[in-house]
Amino acid sequence: MTEAVSGLAERFTALLGPGGVVTDPVRLATYECDGLTNHRARPALVVLPDDGAQIAEIVRACVAAGVPYVARGSGTGLSGGALPRTDGVLIVTSRLRRVLEVDVPNQRAVVEPGVINLDVSRAVRADGYYFAPDPSSQQICSVGGNVAENSGGAHCLKYGFTAHHVLSCEVVTPEGEVVELRADDPGYDLLGVFVGAEGTLGIATKVTVKLTRLPETVQTLLAAFDSIERGGTAVSAIIGAGVVPAAIEMMDALSIEAAEASVACGYPPGAGAVLIVELDGPAAEVEHQFAQIRALCEEAGAFEIRVAADDAARALIWRGRKSAFAAVGRISPAYLVQDGVIPRTALPRVLARIDALSAESGVRVANVFHAGDGNLHPLVLFDDAEPGAAERAEQVSGAILDLCIEHGGSITGEHGVGVDKARYMPRMFTATDLDTMQMVRCGFDPAGLCNPGKIYPTPRLCGEAPGVRKGVHPLVEQGKADLF
Amino acid sequence: MATARTALEKVCGDVRADAEHGLTAAPASVEEAAAVMRAAAEHGLAVLPQGAGTRAHWGPPARRRDLVLDTRRLDRLVEHAAGDLVVKAEAGLPMGRLAAALAERGQRLALDADPASTVGGTVATGAAGPLRLLYGTPRDLVIGLTLVRADGEIARSGGKVVKNVAGYDLGRLFAGSYGTLGLIVEATFRLHPRPAVSAYVTASYTDPDAAHAAVQAVLHSPVHPSAVEVAAGGGGIAVGVLAEGATDRSGAVAALLGPGASADASPPAWWGRRPGGGILIEVTGRPTDLPRLLRAAPALAWSASGHGWTALPEDADPAPLLAALRAIGGAVVRTGPARVMQGPDVWGPLPALPLMRRVKDQFDPGHRLSPGRFAGGI
Repeated sequence: MTEAVSGLAERFTALLGPGGVVTDPVRLATYECDGLTNHRARPALVVLPDDGAQIAEIVRACVAAGVPYVARGSGTGLSGGALPRTDGVLIVTSRLRRVLEVDVPNQRAVVEPGVINLDVSRAVRADGYYFAPDPSSQQICSVGGNVAENSGGAHCLKYGFTAHHVLSCEVVTPEGEVVELRADDPGYDLLGVFVGAEGTLGIATKVTVKLTRLPETVQTLLAAFDSIERGGTAVSAIIGAGVVPAAIEMMDALSIEAAEASVACGYPPGAGAVLIVELDGPAAEVEHQFAQIRALCEEAGAFEIRVAADDAARALIWRGRKSAFAAVGRISPAYLVQDGVIPRTALPRVLARIDALSAESGVRVANVFHAGDGNLHPLVLFDDAEPGAAERAEQVSGAILDLCIEHGGSITGEHGVGVDKARYMPRMFTATDLDTMQMVRCGFDPAGLCNPGKIYPTPRLCGEAPGVRKGVHPLVEQGKADLF
Repeated sequence: MATARTALEKVCGDVRADAEHGLTAAPASVEEAAAVMRAAAEHGLAVLPQGAGTRAHWGPPARRRDLVLDTRRLDRLVEHAAGDLVVKAEAGLPMGRLAAALAERGQRLALDADPASTVGGTVATGAAGPLRLLYGTPRDLVIGLTLVRADGEIARSGGKVVKNVAGYDLGRLFAGSYGTLGLIVEATFRLHPRPAVSAYVTASYTDPDAAHAAVQAVLHSPVHPSAVEVAAGGGGIAVGVLAEGATDRSGAVAALLGPGASADASPPAWWGRRPGGGILIEVTGRPTDLPRLLRAAPALAWSASGHGWTALPEDADPAPLLAALRAIGGAVVRTGPARVMQGPDVWGPLPALPLMRRVKDQFDPGHRLSPGRFAGGI
């Protein structure tokens, strides 16, 4: 522990009590990664504050000491966004767990950042409402984490992402000031850029979320096709018919095999692809569109269509899809979860290329995706006991991202860039694009202490005017920074 | 100025000068726009980006204006990927032309945009209408942005897929930034299918509480309205609900609005209209603030999502009304005579102003982009 950090440890113990500060190396180890376990760093210090005022004090102390800090919610992120710094403080928000206000007439709730996503919906379900963003980790992920990552979920096709469901945030800025960022306030939409900034523009200490009316009806169908191409045709036909379902999910043969092995979801045998389509809304509307979707799936060659008759049957249909990631563990000792996006019309072409990649490299790829919005989650399988296999899997995984970029897509649809994909950012954006984005960061965090090293592969040196750089930057001269 | 003009003429095919507007440059491509911005930077010119000018009189006037950058020649519809429900257009394309092209494929950009306004102007002013209840405003529908920075560099954020969290979302930052952070040259939007059936169900009330109860009944019902609008002025209070989709739900909506409700396939005359008057005020509040707002404002056009408009005659003193509105929610003066627009009372409280200034300083350190047009004198 450096002198600066041990000074902070003393100060934070006085502030939070001994139970709010972790210095024991064994306990620190539990915080060394988030949901992406191949990046690890043991934090110098972990703090567990109880409220926003304490977070503001912690941040101010870190800034005064020049010590970097990282915020962490439930630690379920899949891009290493909450990866700690070995020389820094990890601020864990899990004790900020109160639902502060439920305001049904105004369709909103005020919650602390550590509140679990699903607990927001639980708190308002009896009133006929829910919180729409539904990442698959919603039973454990925190609202603060959703804000940082701009989380989506299977139903964001219709309902949008966290950014569309946050009305305001009380934020501790990277310099330790407390400010309310509200979507309604005049001036720049700083809330809009804060949501999805992966914790690099400050820490949300209170979040006002929008509540969505529970739909009158939900209808779910499962359609089985003999090939991914036919499934893709059905997706295009549904979108082309002007229907916006709540969700359209697709799984290929390999991921179906894994799901069967794991949860015995009983999908139609011999399916090359299954499509799960869910519609919700006013009853008459859903009924009409459901008939349309059924016909479109049949036209596209579905050999079996199952309609969920009730909630239990619906849960069964979703069980295979929701278990897919973990289920792959049954058919492969290890795997990488990829998150890329393509325009949905490019689905057949890109899937054919992924097939070819898999065949050439001998690396198996299971495909699970949010087909409605072109968000692919290829699962790249490998045996970690086999020398070189991890590297080959990593190569295939990276090549899939290149395919996404080549087809006008994105390197991440919902998992974030974090530390994992920063190196891919220059493939998607020019140096100027990245420099321009980082102007926002410099405005918020001139000292560069708030979750540094995330999103951008090359930090921008703040204080520098935009434009052509001349001479040597003073920080470079002092050996405090490098230019790449 | 003469040397600046020469420099601009070297890089741009359409440079004009007249006594009233000073210099105007109208680039016809993104590269040309970047060259104009670079030349303006080299000569220290204050630049005012402008589209069709439908909202040019909104907000305080620029403190300084050496060059109007007219985007109207940047009017290409770059790509309409109908199967992906995405469109990319240059900043100067009129929204009416864009809407017509999208309608041919049964799609729309759900913003109720003024057909005469441009893509860039719509984004830069954050313009939206009644559909904001369901679809939001430009910040919610812009998925990709190309901008030219104050120094003339071209930068992009987002892309052409809806689901995308790679990098900061500059589209949201630039939406509603009134030309003070950079020049918007292209925008990519998420589209929606045009509904097969649109029903406008309207009813009239005299009591603010009764109107509010009707609005609440619709908001908390499962009819899933696309818009819920309120128009008050001259005695009555009209409530209108737009229900869109594959089926006609006007019966269910009418039942919620009570006896006297009627349905029509086209909007009532007041739909999406702002109250008239020389002083136009944008109002924000919570949905339940509606009765208080109805009592405080002489006329009100209100979207149930919590956003609306009121107006005063040009010679009125807006201070008492602004104070009353700000005791409830937010109030920003959008148009008014110089004595009002140059006064201190345009914006109301701006808790995040220091952060906004720091972001502005990063993007426009010389304060040359639309100086003075924005919140807090930015």
